Amino acid sequence: MPRILKFSLWAGFAFLYAPILVLIAYSFNASRRGSVWGGFSTHWYGELFRDEQILNAAWISIKVAVYSATGATLLGLLAAVAMVRFGKFRGRTLFSGLMSAPLVMPEVIVGISLLLLFISAEQLIGWPAGRGILTITIAHITFCTAFVLVVLQPRMATMDRSLEEASRDLGAGPVTTFVLVTLPVIAPAIVSGWLLAFILSFDDLVIASFTAGPGSTTLPMLIFSKVKIAVSPDINALATLIILVAALGLVAAMLLTRNRNNQQ
Amino acid sequence: MSGQILHAIQSRLGKTLVLLPPYLWMFLFFLLPFGFVLKISFSEAIIASPPFAPLFEYDPDEGILNAVFRVFNYQYLLEDSLYINAYLGSIKIATVSTLICLLIGYPFALAIARAPKSRQPLLLVALMLPFWTSLLIRVYAWIGILRQDGVLNNILLWVGVIDEPLILLQTTFATYVGVVYAYLPFMVLPLYAVLEKQDLTLLEASRDLGASPARSFIDVTLPLSIPGIISGSMLVFIPVIGEFVIPTLLSGESTLMIGRVLWTEFFNNRDWPVASAVAIIMLVVLIIPIIVFQNQQSKQGA
Repeated sequence: MPRILKFSLWAGFAFLYAPILVLIAYSFNASRRGSVWGGFSTHWYGELFRDEQILNAAWISIKVAVYSATGATLLGLLAAVAMVRFGKFRGRTLFSGLMSAPLVMPEVIVGISLLLLFISAEQLIGWPAGRGILTITIAHITFCTAFVLVVLQPRMATMDRSLEEASRDLGAGPVTTFVLVTLPVIAPAIVSGWLLAFILSFDDLVIASFTAGPGSTTLPMLIFSKVKIAVSPDINALATLIILVAALGLVAAMLLTRNRNNQQ
Repeated sequence: MSGQILHAIQSRLGKTLVLLPPYLWMFLFFLLPFGFVLKISFSEAIIASPPFAPLFEYDPDEGILNAVFRVFNYQYLLEDSLYINAYLGSIKIATVSTLICLLIGYPFALAIARAPKSRQPLLLVALMLPFWTSLLIRVYAWIGILRQDGVLNNILLWVGVIDEPLILLQTTFATYVGVVYAYLPFMVLPLYAVLEKQDLTLLEASRDLGASPARSFIDVTLPLSIPGIISGSMLVFIPVIGEFVIPTLLSGESTLMIGRVLWTEFFNNRDWPVASAVAIIMLVVLIIPIIVFQNQQSKQGA
């Protein structure tokens, strides 16, 4: 590899990881003042688990993320089947456009538009009554589905069709074939998609801020309200834990897809 | 014959059942909401809950439905230089950041794509980890580095490059650092995807025919990676236009960006109609980049 490429590889990774490593180091700093190293301590982690507000927000975020990831995975799976298996159906361009637009749409636009929809719908038909976990979940399913589709579509497009054909030749219907043959083959990609959707939902600040109601403050909303005021060591500890969860999720997702590839 | 017809109907029905849920969902919760934003952008802010005047009013005496479209929100946006400057600020930050991401990201992606096949999965995981980590946390991490008593100033002081701490936080510089940092993986991933698929024999052929490494790069590698450049650039440019977290945490008053203005109008001033008009104009600005992105996506999907 040319030297310049090697350099940009290491410089790139250094740039991506330096802030994260600094953050993790600070979370073990005994001193309250961030800039002074007061010795190694896990004090801030203990503090975290005694903070009722943080625990509540974390619980809300976990619930929303589980519902959203599940909903987005179901919709993303159906959309992947349509995109990969239905060939050129009418409205395909609009369909694929609708499915991929949330990948780039600025979050403030998604957030404001969904809130205005919820409020207008409440005035017109009385649903959804107020805003909370339900409305955040609907909003998160909407933008997470696009990411699940990005994970699922290539996996479905490259799977071995002869397995499905064999199942159909042996007399199984399309639904039976899908459940017994297709699903197990693409299962690792489904789990990866679910994990990605979970993380995206769990991390979202902007869309949740628009669609949340009183009493449904998510963890990123709470973190944001704290860091706007000051850098605090307990937030460093919390951020480190969130990075750890994301890292575990990613490694799980990667191992799943890798095992799959090795089997082939 | 009738069996075939029945089968065709069944297959048609099956396809509809698969298509309908995602189609309906995205229509209801992605497309339709824009209609409400458009509607409320023509409304008037009032002190009520929700804080905007109804657009349609039924007049029971006359038995007619009155609709009043007020364009003054848009007039207001065009007349007050704050909004124009915020749009221009966002476009400038997004354009420059996209170029920086491309300059840093291209050799980065190329290095991963040309690394030994056995090492690529590990490098990819390392690249995707920041993407899986909350944007809020990654941006927050920069505060600890850039502030006056932060890591960077301490290092520079210790090395002796500077005598007193620099003001780095709440500057345009901090904004660029934050944006490039947060969006770099969005540039690198699509670039890697096209570079990894490239047929290396083309490069060998070009070298065999006497082209220098630089010449082969410009004539072979670069043109073949244009789809990745377009996808990556759009994945950076479009969301950065509406970026809220980065300017709020890192820019201070130094940089005006439209996503933050929308947020302030909505949450602090509770002027929902003006916030809606800001969103509509943002969408108009983004329509061409979004179409370019969509075309690229459907080409790659085909």
